[in-house]
Amino acid sequence: MPTTYEPIATTTLGSNAASIEFTSISGSYTDLVLIVTPQQVTLGEDLALQFNSDTGSNYSRTYLCGDGSTAHSNRSSNSTAILLDHHGTPPTSGSFGVDIINIQNYSNSTTYKTTISRASTGDSQPAAVANVGMWRSTSAITAIKIFCTNSSNLKTGTIATLYGIKAA
Amino acid sequence: MATTYEAIATVTVGSGGAANIEFTSIPATYTDLLLRISARSTRSGVDANELKITFNNNTSNYSERTLRGSGSAVTSSSFTSAGIANVLTNATTSTASTFGSTDYYIPNYASANNKSVSADGVSENNGTAAYATFDAGLWSNSAAITSVKIQDNDGNNLAQYSTATLYGIKSS
Repeated sequence: MPTTYEPIATTTLGSNAASIEFTSISGSYTDLVLIVTPQQVTLGEDLALQFNSDTGSNYSRTYLCGDGSTAHSNRSSNSTAILLDHHGTPPTSGSFGVDIINIQNYSNSTTYKTTISRASTGDSQPAAVANVGMWRSTSAITAIKIFCTNSSNLKTGTIATLYGIKAA
Repeated sequence: MATTYEAIATVTVGSGGAANIEFTSIPATYTDLLLRISARSTRSGVDANELKITFNNNTSNYSERTLRGSGSAVTSSSFTSAGIANVLTNATTSTASTFGSTDYYIPNYASANNKSVSADGVSENNGTAAYATFDAGLWSNSAAITSVKIQDNDGNNLAQYSTATLYGIKSS
């Protein structure tokens, strides 16, 4: 039986780094799942995604966040990346967050690409974030870059794993 | 190729209900765990009640923030609890034969870091009291997770036909 849910690649940072990148992503899957357990060197910065080295203002996202006292929602349009987390206060340094990002139909050349993700920011009082994002490009996704806003590095021990899911 | 996404064990509650569902002796050979639950609480007089999960029979050092929608309002709350204990599932006055659905994703469960948990749960109900909860949890403990216990947060039973399946996911 062909494998339905398959690890494509995984990266564990042995030292602080500006980003983690997956390249040459095969178009043979139906959907992608990206699992990231991040910690930012500059506490409080957001995790972000870019596709295919596109640094243009071609991204947007809407999030719904619970910070433990209030629920709030906001959006950004014409951004240079999809922001995933929402840090109201800097997280503590001892814990890694968890980001689960689903990218459906990533390899077609017809539609813009959307993401749906959940983030738990790993603080001692974590924030719960639900996020939808869009990359306004009909190109198949062949590369994914994970990084932090405001040039913060990702901390040693951050792990990112990319899985491919086949519909048939 | 090794199986990436593998069912480790599944439990279905039998007649009379059960105080808990527990998975023990979890091997450290996976990267992440996914706990998928379909449950109904026997707590009387309410449409929904919280599930609680604990690790390694430890009842301390858990913290959570929730984001919850009720169909008429959205709220966020923070907790320090004796478990990850604030995702609602169906209870006795909810629509009959209806069980809540909840996923708990636990990455790097065997690592020496504190354990983050991302949980999604719904308690659907053909009525006014139905809930969708997203929960960001943290168990501030560096021990590898070797057991998981699922309970009703107030000590009620899990109803017959409640099920839980533990999946292991391998990154390579």
